[in-house]
Amino acid sequence: MKKVVGFYPGCSLNGTAKEYKESVLALANAFDIELKEIPGWSCCGASAAHNVNRKLAVSLPVLNIVQAINAGMTEIVVPCAACYNRLAVAQYELNHELNLRKEVEEILGAPIQTEIRILNIIQFIQEYMSDEIREKVVKQLGKVACYYGCLLVRPAKVLGFDRVEDPQTMDEIMHTLGVETIDFPFKTECCGAGLSVSKTDSVARLSGKIVKEASERGADAIVVACPMCHANLDMRRGVINTYYNANYKIPVLYLPQAIGLAIGLQEKELGIARHMVNVNLSHLVSQLSHQTQNEQ
Amino acid sequence: MHIENNSLSTEIEQKEGINSARCYQCGKCSAGCPMAEDMDYTPNQIMRMLQIEDAGTDQKILTSESIWMCLSCEMCLTRCPMTIDIPRVMDFARQKSLELGVCNKKSKHIIQFHKAFNDMVRATGRSYEVGLVVDYKLRSLQLLQDIKVAPKMFLKGKLSLVPETSPSVGKVSRIFKKS
Repeated sequence: MKKVVGFYPGCSLNGTAKEYKESVLALANAFDIELKEIPGWSCCGASAAHNVNRKLAVSLPVLNIVQAINAGMTEIVVPCAACYNRLAVAQYELNHELNLRKEVEEILGAPIQTEIRILNIIQFIQEYMSDEIREKVVKQLGKVACYYGCLLVRPAKVLGFDRVEDPQTMDEIMHTLGVETIDFPFKTECCGAGLSVSKTDSVARLSGKIVKEASERGADAIVVACPMCHANLDMRRGVINTYYNANYKIPVLYLPQAIGLAIGLQEKELGIARHMVNVNLSHLVSQLSHQTQNEQ
Repeated sequence: MHIENNSLSTEIEQKEGINSARCYQCGKCSAGCPMAEDMDYTPNQIMRMLQIEDAGTDQKILTSESIWMCLSCEMCLTRCPMTIDIPRVMDFARQKSLELGVCNKKSKHIIQFHKAFNDMVRATGRSYEVGLVVDYKLRSLQLLQDIKVAPKMFLKGKLSLVPETSPSVGKVSRIFKKS
């Protein structure tokens, strides 16, 4: 029987990050897991709400936590790193600031329960798939740069997930797939995030550094877990290349796409063709060599 | 401009529980800040300015470009030896600056984008990227920027032409109204 896990897709996964949703669902399906959307979910407020109103920034994610709990869910997977961050931070703040809790209860018009586990994409894969991943691997991927961004690891006190300056969990998943990861000091440098549209030059500079370093250090692809990071590294490649007067062609994959390719899922179900920077699969993916197969 | 009798620093301490006097100017926040080079005052300068507790200096903070440049990446907090929550100081300064209507003129595009985003969520309960960008462009008159990537994004199936409305839009509107 399929395991059922709660699921908060968030707005980006229904929009410009469609391929992230497609690949998460395809991957879950391959491991016999059904991701069940929170009924009536709404926007978590990332990335603008906290800039203008703190109560708003906390209440929006809390509404979704409440709706998940009301639907009987005890844990939810939140693949978008920005949504994950907003939900986890709101939960933490409500549990630690009594006054804020009262204010939010008044805004929502009811007492609030916050007891639910919130899993980011890496935690989801670790908990539900890591035991079986290795035996499913059928393809060999080239070298990758794991790019975690800000929102999966910071603020460390709240999220308590991985090493804050040099996280390892995504690298470990890649190693399980037999994929080599490069040493990458830009793992948690900011891509420019929500200023993508309103201050594109700064985003070109910041995202460009990440793309440049990953390319020059010999990675064949960058692996990410955040639609905002993806948009800045992939969709903004034109302005990055103009800014750096270069022609960086390194593709940017979502983590479930990278895993999906290694376990032999189809390119189409993983939404690989939706990226703005072309993914050259014949360069990135090859058959497993006999030696690697024997090791397994 | 009128600033309340309390200094900005006192207000931040009372409302957010953050004591800016704890900053000893090591400068790690600014060294790690990805936007420091684009800012008019670096994060450690903002912290120092808060400590002065002078109305004129507070005004400089609230009218600065820096507070809108901050990406909330939280690198400063991560590296601060005193764990001062600078991102929340920035959030507070932005909110105060909006409240008093003294926002930095050069930052108007950034502010217009935040407003467009929030209005979109208020109206539909979800953010809808196409509508958001169109709304922002009409507000900011940055009409030509991004025109190059749009057709390709459309062909890649990344742009949906119909906004989604959350079944919880009523609850979301209530949150906006009461916050």
